Amino acid sequence: SSALVVAPSCTKDLDRTPTYDLSTATIYKDLAGYQAVAAKVYSGFAITGGQGPDATTGDIQGIDQGTSDYIRQLWSAQELTTDEAVIAWGDPGVQDWHNMNWTSSGVLVRGLYSRILYEVTLCNGFLAEATDSKLSDRGISGADAATVKAFRAEVRFLRALAYYHALDLYGNVPFSTETDQIGGITPPKQIKRADLFAYIESELKAIDADLVAPGQNLYGRADKAAAWALLARLYLNAEVYTGTARYADCSTYAKKVIDSGAYSLSPKYGNLFRTDNYTNKEIIFAIAYDGKRTQTYGGTTFLTHAAVSGTADANWNPARYGIGGGWGGIRTTTKLYEQFADTAADTRGKFVTGGQSRDIVSQTDFKYGYVPVKFKNVSSTGVAGTDPTFVDTDFPIFRLADVYLMYAEAALRGSGDRTLALNYVNLVRTRAFKNTAAGNITASDLTLDFLLNERSREMFWEATRRTDLIRYGRFTTAAYLWPWKGGVAAGVAVPDTRNLFPIPAADLSVNSNLVQNPGY
Amino acid sequence: QTGTVSGRVVDEKNQGLPGVTVLVEGTTIGNSTNSDGTFSIQNVPAGPQTLAVSFVGYTTKRQPVTVVAGQNATVAIALAENTTLLNEAVVVGYGTQRRQDVTGSLTTVSSKDFVQGQVTNPEQLIQGKAAGVQITTGGGAPGAASTIRIRGGSSLNASNDPLIVIDGVPVDNTSVSGAANALSLINPNDIDTYTVLKDASATAIYGSRASNGVILITTKKGVSGEKLTVNVNSQTSLSRRYNSVPVLSADQFRSTVEQVAPNQVKLLGSSKTNWQDEIFRSAMTYDNTISLTGAVGKLPFRASYGNLEQQGILITNRLIRNTGSLSLNPVLLDNHLRVNMNVKGSWIDNNFADNGAVGSAIAFDPTQPVRSGNEGLGGYFEYLQNAGGAPQQNVPRNPLAQLNLTRDRSSVKRSIGNIQLDYSLHFLPDLHANLNLGYDITRGNGSKFVDPNAASTYFNVPLDPKNTTSRGGSFNQYSQDRNNKLLETYLNYTKQFGGNNRVELLAGYSYQDFVTKAPAYATYLADGAVFKAAATNPFRTQYTILSFYGRANVTINDRYVFTGTLRNDASSRFPSSNRNALFPAASLAWRIKEESFLKDNTTFSDLKLRVGYGITGQQDVVAAAGSDYPYIQRYTLNTPVSQYGFYDPKTGTFTYYTPYSPQGFNSNLKWEQTTTYNAGLDYGFLDGRLNGSVDVYYRKTKDLLAVIPIPLETNFTNQLVSNVGSLENKGVEFNLNAIPVQGEHWNWSINANATYNVNKILSLGPQVPGFKGIETNSGGSVSGGTGTTIGIYSVGAPSSSFYVYKQVYDTNGKPLQDVYADLNGDGVINTNDRYLYKQSAPKVILGFSSNASYDRLSLAFTLRSNLDNYVYNNVNSQNGNYQGILGSSNFLSNVTRDANHTQFTNTTQARYSSDYYIQNGSFLRMENVTLGYNVGKVFNDKGTLRLTAAVQNAFLITKYTGLDPEIFNGIDNNIYPRPRTFTFGLNLSL
Repeated sequence: SSALVVAPSCTKDLDRTPTYDLSTATIYKDLAGYQAVAAKVYSGFAITGGQGPDATTGDIQGIDQGTSDYIRQLWSAQELTTDEAVIAWGDPGVQDWHNMNWTSSGVLVRGLYSRILYEVTLCNGFLAEATDSKLSDRGISGADAATVKAFRAEVRFLRALAYYHALDLYGNVPFSTETDQIGGITPPKQIKRADLFAYIESELKAIDADLVAPGQNLYGRADKAAAWALLARLYLNAEVYTGTARYADCSTYAKKVIDSGAYSLSPKYGNLFRTDNYTNKEIIFAIAYDGKRTQTYGGTTFLTHAAVSGTADANWNPARYGIGGGWGGIRTTTKLYEQFADTAADTRGKFVTGGQSRDIVSQTDFKYGYVPVKFKNVSSTGVAGTDPTFVDTDFPIFRLADVYLMYAEAALRGSGDRTLALNYVNLVRTRAFKNTAAGNITASDLTLDFLLNERSREMFWEATRRTDLIRYGRFTTAAYLWPWKGGVAAGVAVPDTRNLFPIPAADLSVNSNLVQNPGY
Repeated sequence: QTGTVSGRVVDEKNQGLPGVTVLVEGTTIGNSTNSDGTFSIQNVPAGPQTLAVSFVGYTTKRQPVTVVAGQNATVAIALAENTTLLNEAVVVGYGTQRRQDVTGSLTTVSSKDFVQGQVTNPEQLIQGKAAGVQITTGGGAPGAASTIRIRGGSSLNASNDPLIVIDGVPVDNTSVSGAANALSLINPNDIDTYTVLKDASATAIYGSRASNGVILITTKKGVSGEKLTVNVNSQTSLSRRYNSVPVLSADQFRSTVEQVAPNQVKLLGSSKTNWQDEIFRSAMTYDNTISLTGAVGKLPFRASYGNLEQQGILITNRLIRNTGSLSLNPVLLDNHLRVNMNVKGSWIDNNFADNGAVGSAIAFDPTQPVRSGNEGLGGYFEYLQNAGGAPQQNVPRNPLAQLNLTRDRSSVKRSIGNIQLDYSLHFLPDLHANLNLGYDITRGNGSKFVDPNAASTYFNVPLDPKNTTSRGGSFNQYSQDRNNKLLETYLNYTKQFGGNNRVELLAGYSYQDFVTKAPAYATYLADGAVFKAAATNPFRTQYTILSFYGRANVTINDRYVFTGTLRNDASSRFPSSNRNALFPAASLAWRIKEESFLKDNTTFSDLKLRVGYGITGQQDVVAAAGSDYPYIQRYTLNTPVSQYGFYDPKTGTFTYYTPYSPQGFNSNLKWEQTTTYNAGLDYGFLDGRLNGSVDVYYRKTKDLLAVIPIPLETNFTNQLVSNVGSLENKGVEFNLNAIPVQGEHWNWSINANATYNVNKILSLGPQVPGFKGIETNSGGSVSGGTGTTIGIYSVGAPSSSFYVYKQVYDTNGKPLQDVYADLNGDGVINTNDRYLYKQSAPKVILGFSSNASYDRLSLAFTLRSNLDNYVYNNVNSQNGNYQGILGSSNFLSNVTRDANHTQFTNTTQARYSSDYYIQNGSFLRMENVTLGYNVGKVFNDKGTLRLTAAVQNAFLITKYTGLDPEIFNGIDNNIYPRPRTFTFGLNLSL
């Protein structure tokens, strides 16, 4: 090695660095860098990678890039597993959702888990660089520092949201925060579901002061109400997550959202799922898409295309949905259809039935099952989106009607004002019944069963169904069956272990701190 | 008391041989011959002496001479061209060695043994010619990339390609934008010799890039003193497809639809179209090379120009290649300075054809016409939406429209060159100082235009939402610059002493730098409206390798040869803490034939035992890591379609941010190391008429550069290239050359080679039960089965294993639809019921070449065979069922004949993972048969003429039911068929 000394000038050439990519030091040198990474954290919920939907790889590997989208995967786990949706395709693992026979080696089970925890890592990475001391070290102060701190609170919200999904779907997951090193080799420890619950709760409360007041942030960015809505959902399901019910806290936080006055029901239900839903005052927090700038084969692009037949014919005109052609994937079972006693009166119950058979004779044939095409690539005034492939419509994570129904349920479960609850439910129903009282109910109608059904009518295909069924004890049990539940045409109960998804074998394999969820 | 010895060394044609080494045995005294073959050696001790005269390709001669003090002794020496090859100088890393001194495992294939006929890519020259070397062409497209594997792959996710060194310049053999096969830029006619270095003792001198073997290519050179020769090599070829993917004919399809789905009959058309016939054609190739070889004064040179025009059998597919090469190799400064200068340049123009059309031709309804009879969509038949005449989405596309409405062209220029100075020191002639400066520059650019009438781009709309008039088509362009440079310098000391003892010492330094740049372009619609904005940043990447190396080669008593090498490499791809690595190798050869007990044995003409050990490295992680900077934490700017926007309701405006995405990085990344043990026996019988070698090897790679799952939350990804686990390759190679007939009229020589290789993954790091491995498609993809992986990296199994469900059959042997064995017995069929089954890599590779001649007539052929290689028949897993007939109420897709066997109807996608579609791909291929006639002297004895007629791909024997089982990654979907080619060639020397 003495020869190495001979060529010191050349050894310097071995320190090659990227020409255009930035390092941690160069990205976080000013506000623009922080904003660019914060935008990455937000976009982690919307798109699959930095190089466009057709790039060879995205953020998550070992899964088809288009399939790896956060919303598409979350939606699949929450909807395809229930009575609200079936899918025609056979991509590996996709039928497992509805048949409830997923395994710890399933590519989709791993894909969703990876996507959620990747999002956590993105948040941790940003937060580690956004501490007060690092900001002052880098000379970022005044308004710039305030902007970074606002993003900091929002990123903590986004991390809480991702951890909430991990808590709800996988229960006991690896846990790390911004104080843990990224790029090291020490695997994170596993956190118990109840402890993760406590962490999410504390985080959401801790950032309350730093978040912008309800309705005052830019649309697409989180505000206080987004955190409150998440707390409400967390508390609503607390008994499932921790064994201890927290309905009073649920109604408290739901009420805070409602009483903020920042949100109001969209006069027209359908407008919540159109390309201009960013103007909608009902949406508290949404994942934003744009057909030209925020492209993915997941998200609302998936939700729109997959619900439209692949064959354009008299029954199916893709132009009606603002797209060039459908993918012929998702429909619903009779159970959702039957929730609507009168699909003409209830504007939420819009199904494409022409050319479709009501009963799911085969899950893998698109023509079986009516299709509630909820998301469309057209505006509230019928103008097609900017691109016939990539959809402009945003995906609502929290909206006011959901909060009304959460309050109502908490009240009904003994922790809230029942009169107010009835009032809220009727607000939702009035809007559904063309802003008339035709669908209004009385206090005696307002039962827990009614509320579960009402949630399905109002919130179907918005990725809450699995959680709702679990809370009601109807996801795995024989108390409620739907076509092809458990892979049987008439539906069948499955072991309670299916209330949680398994920790993927791939992560168990490399992280010895992890213990598999029971039953897998 | 000394005298002088002088003389001339000539070949069998009595022409002077330049550059021949003439040594006085037992001394350090010697010299090399001049351009006319003359030499002179001063200060030779008086008395009887022996001159050792050696030269590449010639038998070394020992000529006695008596030196009288103060006088000049004159000798005339004639060297015979080497037949037994024993004394032949072979090219090794950084120099040449006498074959007898070689201790490593290497194979040389010289031009006379190359595959003949239509060979347009250099690697095809040695297909089937060298044991341990597997060359798989990427199908029949002109300029298609081949995959070369030497003794199996040593890595999982790092490159498994060998290092290719052309005239001393290690070249970049990754694909260039616009040319899939970087080697296709070299004219095969310019190549003189291939040397394949296989074991670590031969390759370790190349250190970090040697784990997958090294291929040394030497191009043809001019010879000093030789008269000017013009050589014209001209070939005209006709290529034809000789088989079809077995799909139903129009009539068969009609009757099948009537039988299977009577209510779908209404979707049938009335035409009878054989889509495969429509998209393929008979293709012509014209390949001409003219070269001028000789010497002008003291300047030997060779210049060549080649022109290749090769049509692909897929319509619209064509390649034009112009190549030029110039080599100058003067010897200057009183024979002390040898200069070797090479410049090669090539310019390729490609017209690509959309390979997807091959799949479309399989699936498109044969009862539909090519043309619709109306003007929309370019006049081609396509499936239309009821409303408005827009094409349906997600339907098969008319393959002819796909080809004819696309113009996909590229132009690639490449130049490789170097100047090598070998200076033998005046005061110490045994010491040579060598300087090698080289470059490898590529300029590639191309564009793809899709007609606005094409159905596939109908829904492309402008970026600007206000532009409501533009629609359809697309235009995108690309370009790429590569600038690779090389500086190498070494000292070489050779000394012969004490009769039959020899020492060669080598020490050197190498610096190589690789830069690739590509601008970012926008994508447009056919009418020029912007469709997608250009990325903000262009592309640029660079890496550097810096090395020190040394070698000692010691021959004792002409019997015992020891070689030791040591190389220290540093690659910019690794963090400074792990950057340097030392690659040692040692090997020993025992020339048993030289021992007294065999010396006079006439049965054995050669017997040499070789044993070797060495460690080589691997640093090419780019494919696995996606960048040349795998250890640096990077933030990459998103593309314009990957932005995120926020809306301000107060102003009614959006603010879009272009995010910077943090990338996964491995700050602990280091070299992958392969340890190789090799034992070989070189043998020769009957005066060399029967010779060859047997090698056994064991190669174990540790710290594998593998893309593996990493604990979530530890990095900005879920899978990362890491040093984990190990794998092994072990095998046997057998090589035999024989001359069964040698006579005045009849001559017959044969070569047979066989390779047996077993690959096994030994470890993939810590694992828990239930984790089967890392599922992979080995760089390919499963057509039709989104997200399906057919292979797996699993501990204890070969890296090319398939991972599939076990199909269940009825009593008649017919596969049962969607019925698979419950292998784990849990009562449920799910992904955990898949099992490891067979492998795509062949276990045995055989090559057989024969060359027989009678006077002027010759017949040569090359046979190749792979055994125990399995192929995933993706054409059948996708199309071998009635889904194409039942799947849509709007169109029909053709099915393969296997559909009528399986009669699968609404089968699930699990069928893509059925072992039913894993088929034995063993084959025997007649690579080439060539009939040659040596016309002899023509043009009043001024020239010689040789005529050849050849058939390429003459026959293929296999049980595989698809088109062609020779597919490197073992996934058969839409392969570009390898045609049968008839070639007429003439070779004229003047």
